Amino acid sequence: MSIEQFIENEVKSNDVVLFMKGTPQFPQCGFSGQVVQILDHVGVPFKGLNVLESAELRDGIKVYSNWPTIPQLYVKGEFVGGCDIVREMFQAGELQQLFTEKGVVVAAS
Amino acid sequence: MTMSDLITKKLTEAFAPQSLVVTDESHLHAGHAGHRPGGESHFRVYIVSNAFTGKSRVERHRMINALLAPELEGSVHALAVSALAPGDATT
Repeated sequence: MSIEQFIENEVKSNDVVLFMKGTPQFPQCGFSGQVVQILDHVGVPFKGLNVLESAELRDGIKVYSNWPTIPQLYVKGEFVGGCDIVREMFQAGELQQLFTEKGVVVAAS
Repeated sequence: MTMSDLITKKLTEAFAPQSLVVTDESHLHAGHAGHRPGGESHFRVYIVSNAFTGKSRVERHRMINALLAPELEGSVHALAVSALAPGDATT
């Protein structure tokens, strides 16, 4: 399987995927950590993929999305954005709205 | 020219911003992966421009990322971006 097929499979078979540095339990970058905190706060289950474990994945995800930085959030196969965008959307209430529109179940807050 | 000056110059020429603040935050990331001696690795950009009117957040970031691609491939490790159009609520 090519790295592109691997990424495609991950973002299509999981509702919410975060490509990040480190793991959701142990983020190894402040920007990745911020997105984990926001997703946890919203109460949405997500799959974290650690790009530090694979140079191929780290490079591949940047090409896949045409986006030069990590973290990258995908919802239902669609690229949402990086740390700044996720934070702005969260603060504006748009992130929660996106999950609702996409039919992603979030924990009641 | 410092990296901040270069980023400021490129953004000014490309987007004719009404407001632009480029901050070198490298010192906040000392010891962190991606930091390097001499700094100039972590930057924050606040920009307001008509060029972003009607563009999504992802589109706005892509415009800036494309412009600064050589720098992002080089010594710039992180670029935090707030890209607003005039009239956008400042959050």
